[in-house]
Amino acid sequence: MSETATIISLRGSRAMHALIRFIGISAVALSVFGLILLAAGKSPLSAYADTFRNTLASAYGISELLVRMTPLLLAAVAVALPARLGLINVGGEGQLYMGAFFASWGAFLFPNAPAWLLLPFVTLMGFLGGAMWAVIPGILRARRLVNETVATLLLNYVSPLIVSYFVFGPWRTTENSAYPETGVYPDAALLPSFFGTRVHAGLLISLAALAVYWLDIEKTRWGLQMRAIGGNSGAARRLGIPVPFWIVTAMAIGGGFAGLAGMGEAMGIAGRLRESLSPGYGYTGFLIAWLAGGRPLGILFMAFLFAIITSAGDTLQISQGLPYAAVNILLAAILFVVLARRPSAGTHP
Amino acid sequence: MTTPLLLGLLAGAILSGTSLLYATLGETLVERSGIVNLGLEGVLLVGASVGFAITAISGNAWFGLMAAAAAGALMNSLFGWLVVTRKANQLASGLAMMFFGFGASALIGAPYVGAIITGLPKWRPVWLADLDWVKSTTLFNYDLLTWLAVPVAILVWWILFATRWGLGVRAVGEMPAAAFAAGRNTARLQYQALLYGGALGGLAGAHLSLSLTLTWAEYMTAGRGFIAIALVIFSKWNPLRAIAGALLFGGAEAMELQLQARGSPISPFVLGMLPYLLTLVVLLAWGGSRRLAAPASLGRTFYGAN
Amino acid sequence: MAATGELLNVEARVPATPMLEARGMCKRYGDVKAADGVDLRLNRGEIHALVGENGAGKSTLSKILYGFVHPDSGEILVSGKPVVLHSPQDARALGIGMVFQNFTLIPPLSVLENIALFLTDLPPVVRHEAVEKRIHEFAERFGLGVDARAQVRQLSVGDQQKVEILKLLLAHARVLIFDEPTKVLAPHEVAALFRVFEALKGEGYSILFITHKIREVLACADRISVMRHGKMVGSFVAGEADMEKLVATMFGEHAAVRSIEQPSPAPSSPTSRPVLELRGASCRASGNETALNGLDIRITEGEIVGVAGVSGSGQKELGDLILGLRPLAGGSKWLCGEDASAWSIARVRESGVAFIPEDPLTMAAFPGMSVRENLALGTGKRYWHGVTIAWQALEAAMADSFRALAFPMPPLDMPMGALSGGNLQRVVVAREMAHGPKLVLALYPTRGLDVLSAASLRELLLRARGQGNAVLLITDDLDELAELSDRLLVLFAGAIVGEFKRGAWQAEEVGLLMTGSRGAANV
Repeated sequence: MSETATIISLRGSRAMHALIRFIGISAVALSVFGLILLAAGKSPLSAYADTFRNTLASAYGISELLVRMTPLLLAAVAVALPARLGLINVGGEGQLYMGAFFASWGAFLFPNAPAWLLLPFVTLMGFLGGAMWAVIPGILRARRLVNETVATLLLNYVSPLIVSYFVFGPWRTTENSAYPETGVYPDAALLPSFFGTRVHAGLLISLAALAVYWLDIEKTRWGLQMRAIGGNSGAARRLGIPVPFWIVTAMAIGGGFAGLAGMGEAMGIAGRLRESLSPGYGYTGFLIAWLAGGRPLGILFMAFLFAIITSAGDTLQISQGLPYAAVNILLAAILFVVLARRPSAGTHP
Repeated sequence: MTTPLLLGLLAGAILSGTSLLYATLGETLVERSGIVNLGLEGVLLVGASVGFAITAISGNAWFGLMAAAAAGALMNSLFGWLVVTRKANQLASGLAMMFFGFGASALIGAPYVGAIITGLPKWRPVWLADLDWVKSTTLFNYDLLTWLAVPVAILVWWILFATRWGLGVRAVGEMPAAAFAAGRNTARLQYQALLYGGALGGLAGAHLSLSLTLTWAEYMTAGRGFIAIALVIFSKWNPLRAIAGALLFGGAEAMELQLQARGSPISPFVLGMLPYLLTLVVLLAWGGSRRLAAPASLGRTFYGAN
Repeated sequence: MAATGELLNVEARVPATPMLEARGMCKRYGDVKAADGVDLRLNRGEIHALVGENGAGKSTLSKILYGFVHPDSGEILVSGKPVVLHSPQDARALGIGMVFQNFTLIPPLSVLENIALFLTDLPPVVRHEAVEKRIHEFAERFGLGVDARAQVRQLSVGDQQKVEILKLLLAHARVLIFDEPTKVLAPHEVAALFRVFEALKGEGYSILFITHKIREVLACADRISVMRHGKMVGSFVAGEADMEKLVATMFGEHAAVRSIEQPSPAPSSPTSRPVLELRGASCRASGNETALNGLDIRITEGEIVGVAGVSGSGQKELGDLILGLRPLAGGSKWLCGEDASAWSIARVRESGVAFIPEDPLTMAAFPGMSVRENLALGTGKRYWHGVTIAWQALEAAMADSFRALAFPMPPLDMPMGALSGGNLQRVVVAREMAHGPKLVLALYPTRGLDVLSAASLRELLLRARGQGNAVLLITDDLDELAELSDRLLVLFAGAIVGEFKRGAWQAEEVGLLMTGSRGAANV
């Protein structure tokens, strides 16, 4: 049928579109970062060579990329889903910490439970923590009290403090440790890892989350309503769609995904709760979602790109003596270029 | 509440509140022209790092101060190019500036972490210095920025409400179509507001590194930019009210320090949450009604006549 | 000074060069000729009224004279000299000022500040006292007393209008154009405005004002020009025209009902059940909206009720009230015998209420989404199928609906925003009518449709009625109302001012009620 052919070619062109965008943005990223390195007196070539060696040149390097991508994918979906309704969720960072907090709480509550019970429980707690943290701004927005951008930004500063309180306080490890951290989680709560690398089951969760996001938005009737709200909330209301309900729900689910990212970092990588859980995954996730235009394939590509960039950041810190925070300039430059390119950019397709 | 505690609190509030006030004033000016700058945090950080770096290099805190103001103005101009000329979404652009500020300030400040500088000199009027109750505190022993904080607030208020330029800026922020119909150049007015607002933001950041702490550390503003944004709302976009707001929030931070210093059982982390939670509560309680006080065209992109 | 009601002395000799003149103005918007070879002369010291129905072209003409709109062809002359107006700035430089229906006043700023903003000779530091003094001078001279320090949003609409006038006067305007100035004024404010007009006229200012309120026009205008369908169809000097003549010129001959397919009057028997009832329904309004006051409306099965009214009488608010978008501030709303006063919009729609809105693009469509998705979103729970939508069933039902309407169905994958205005309207109509709604709320449904589609839509409404459903038709096309309405209600300023059975009304009478020229009839 010609209709099917049209649809297939549309899909194909969407993938092509995402790929071209990815290449374009990567090129911009590399050029700008190269300039910054030059300005800071470092050699871009040696920096890129170092990065390549550490990331793509070995199986271990690639596995580390996957480790980085795990929280990034989740953080991106945490932004992308509410964005479909026109909501701007910049609170991924705070929701992430809250998720880690709740998950840790769950783990410490039932240290003797078997893995097949504890692990799902802890995962659920992680989701709930993030969801709860996002629901607050969601309700505020649904009732038109506070803009969700400002609310989520403010709350980003609060949940790491909650985590710190427990890390330094009631949950502090009894070992002689150089870092402020909690005791280790019970083994039953840890996410299993693969093939002796640090890649953990959280990757599966994040890929599942991406798939769920895509399915929901494109295929379900809920996704249809959410997109309608994002497209024309006035018309949506007139057609009987319960707009405030969906605002709160979308924020909750998005926050839940971010919470899972926190849970993954805690239970899959660190093995215990630390203050330094996230080097800004929440914000990076926002960038990824934004650059990808909320498209799942784009999110995958961008997460991969940013995994390389953040890895480069570490490499540069170690080998070139640049502060890790410099990577933020790169993020900003990318966003800048996209914003400046299209007039009145900033709305999701 | 003993007198020393109260005085200490007041002193701390003034010190802490100085940078908050400058930041709030800068953002007020910008928002009065209809633009929301979420990247204020980045502007503060750039101001702090540039100020510190230039001071360390030149040995002169005044150069540092001026450089910080210029850096802030530059940051905002960049932001202005995005939102006024390219007509990009203000929220996303603000976040881009926030990231940029994070990174640029880190790069600029990195070589000077741990450097010792002579910060801004402080003065105390002689006739006050001899008073006992003043001597033991930091009261009235301020650097130029703190001394000028309230006068600058009054100046910003006067500019907004008593000058032709200020009238034009406010008109753009309320109803750009009306300002345009009255023959004003809306883009130019917004750029100007951004320029001056940015300079104030740069000064706010500089106060942290050149006076309050005499250090530079990554992310040292710890969200002050967002608190300032909330303060703008809290003070209903009025520079005079901003004084009270800055004092209040400065007081919250000072309270945090005081309680810690006196060995309070309350965890420093819980205390640290206070400013942000207070901000949220304030926005919640008054945000709804405050919204009526907002410049009507705040956050909207003006595409020209009709 | 002439009092209201007195005939003004007409200067019989050839008037001096007019202050402002338009010759052969033409302006086209797509297919519509908003101005078609229009001539207008406005003399010094003259109050000139420009009247006509909605869509007659009055607004367009005035916007051309103010430089807001560029004409396709034609000349503008100021004091006899041809000028080209690129923008309102040019017009103002020539001394032409315009007061729009929507004031360009900034509500939180004071009167003084609003006026100061407009002055081109304002010094860098605003001397508030000096400006205030100048304001008082003009206010005294022309009866425009207003508190200069008050915030504009605190002022009554009448006072706000005074500020608009002062703005123009202080900016050295000599010609003042007003677009529907009395639309939002209370009667005493109208009287005050006309006193201002007289004062201005006495000092040689020229006033052009657009209105559809004929009573007022007769009371104060020196000259009256009538437009219809973009043409200037009449020009009278005060004393030459009376109410009937003006209405006839404005509305033309509408009395004849089209006899093609004259439907037999639906037997709306006493046993027909009411589909919609509004009992004393009121709702609040803010800003430019119109509040509804104690409406009593009853529509039974198998009946078409038409609502006539000039725009801004409360039509949009009425539609929103029935839909459930606007809450009732008083009274009650009943759908098929159930108290629906507090129902959600979803529930109202589920119970069989279809809504064809005034502006389908912004009110009922999602431009970024496909036609298929737009169709699904308007059908509520009907096609929910587990987690997804029963697309095939939906498509089949919609195809049927399009066929029944004889509308061409666009490709379902097409983005809704890519459709032309008319096609988009058709999709919305097809969607709304697909499931035999019990009540069809149609606001200006044939706007933007070509003749054939409009005719088939009207047939559709008649068919709905024939199937025992109810239709509430709100439109400004009196022909259409004549053809379709079993009962006609006239809405004016948020209240029902007239009710007529089919065939028992004439266009002129309804026209008078619509324009508030006569008190309520048959209510």
